[in-house]
Amino acid sequence: MSKAAWIRLAILVGAVGGLEIACRSGLVPATMVIAPSQMAAATAGLLASGDLGADIRQTFTSVGIAIVLSITGGFTVGFWLHWFPRLRRAMDPFLAAYYAIPHFAFYPLLIVIFGLGALPLIVLATLFAMVAMIVATLAGLDRVPRVLLKTARMHRLSPFEEMWRIRLPAAAPYLFSGVKLAVSYSFIGVIAGEFILSTAGIGHEIAYAYDNFDNPRMYGLILFVLAVVTAFNMLVYAYERQLVRRRGAA
Amino acid sequence: MTEEPVPSLARRQEGERPVHARLEGITRVYPARASQPAVHALGPLSMELRSGEFFSVVGPSGCGKSTLLDVLSGLAVPTDGTVEFEGKLVRGAVPDGVGVVFQEDASFPWLTVEDNVAFGLRRSGVDAAEIRRRVDFAVGFMGLRDFRQAYPSQLSGGMRQRVCIARTLVLQPRLILLDEPFGALDQQTRLLMGDELLRLWRETSATVLLITHALDEANLLSDRIGVMSARPGCFIDIVETGWPHDRDSRLAERPDFGAVTSRLWSLLRTESMRAMGQGVRA
Repeated sequence: MSKAAWIRLAILVGAVGGLEIACRSGLVPATMVIAPSQMAAATAGLLASGDLGADIRQTFTSVGIAIVLSITGGFTVGFWLHWFPRLRRAMDPFLAAYYAIPHFAFYPLLIVIFGLGALPLIVLATLFAMVAMIVATLAGLDRVPRVLLKTARMHRLSPFEEMWRIRLPAAAPYLFSGVKLAVSYSFIGVIAGEFILSTAGIGHEIAYAYDNFDNPRMYGLILFVLAVVTAFNMLVYAYERQLVRRRGAA
Repeated sequence: MTEEPVPSLARRQEGERPVHARLEGITRVYPARASQPAVHALGPLSMELRSGEFFSVVGPSGCGKSTLLDVLSGLAVPTDGTVEFEGKLVRGAVPDGVGVVFQEDASFPWLTVEDNVAFGLRRSGVDAAEIRRRVDFAVGFMGLRDFRQAYPSQLSGGMRQRVCIARTLVLQPRLILLDEPFGALDQQTRLLMGDELLRLWRETSATVLLITHALDEANLLSDRIGVMSARPGCFIDIVETGWPHDRDSRLAERPDFGAVTSRLWSLLRTESMRAMGQGVRA
């Protein structure tokens, strides 16, 4: 293990251990935060009980659909904007200002349009995540070195071959950043949406536990979400590191 | 600056080697954009490349050397004039039989050395055994045998450039165009790469056109050297070196080597000063 990994582990163990001691000693009241060991026990209990199965399924299904839609949709829109510079110039101010818009304010409107259930949440999360993918696609395609495009012409590649064999691989590191952001934003969009207005899902369960002062359940669920998102991100991060190391850009 | 073929070129036209590529009355003007006026980058310029010769082009910065290469390769369309390669007109597409090596690192960072070298062959329908044979030869020829599975990021700048040359070599081009391929390398590596390039030229019998700003390099490698004027670039002279076909970097030890370089510099000095003046005004 590298020195950085040891330092990272020491910080994590120190923070969790410190919180454990603070909670167990009464320095931090249990009405505010419970000890990490109690959170872990609560998570294990919740998962063992099986009564969250439907919520977990709904949340992860919504997140999964939002991820797929935002990545494919974002890439497609980014690709066409790159191909049509005039359209892109027209759209640039909207893209720049997009994340200044409070997306969750549109949730009631989405319910009116799409009805109750998972659909408005999927749409909300997709809208939230897609622009990150559009911006990353544009950044990646913009930065394909001109000399590689000249090389493509030297090899007499068709436009499709040029895209598939040169532009996409060259833009891959940027596309990967877009995928990571789209995944994170999809989780945020769905769980935050469930938290505000939904009647099912992990976000709703966290909000319900919060409203009922059920701290073990609330923190157990938060820890569960944290663990899943961290594990997912670590997988993506490991793959990205492998890709980056190979290209010598690490 | 002249539009007429210079005497040395005219003499070569009477020689035994057939014309491999010809540029006739070429000009290249970049159109005006927003606040930028139109730029007359090149010409009018005419030249002939004889089959199997090593021809270098030297000239002041910004004189249109790379534009000349782009036009000759078909990567750029001339504003006026015609380009011929093996008797056929070239316009807007790189003809079969022409290979280009660029100044910048054009290796694909996501492919291994072997996959980089095989890139052009795999998509052109060459069968697997032939691909293997040509890649083996090119990788060995360029001294990359121990690095077949390495990625470009694991190689030095000189080795990456060798990967690009090998990628062009496997296509067995009859005309190799090199745009300052050693520009980013140190002097020792440049000399060694020059030797490799000469070996490649002798063994393939290809016609080579090299764009370079290094007068010694042009002198060492070339049969003929085209000296270009400041922008818009035209040939002000074409110098025949008269070096033996079988030569390498030890040629620089010859007493008459310096005389050719001096002649190139005497032709270029005024043009370089003119080019600097253009840069200051711009």
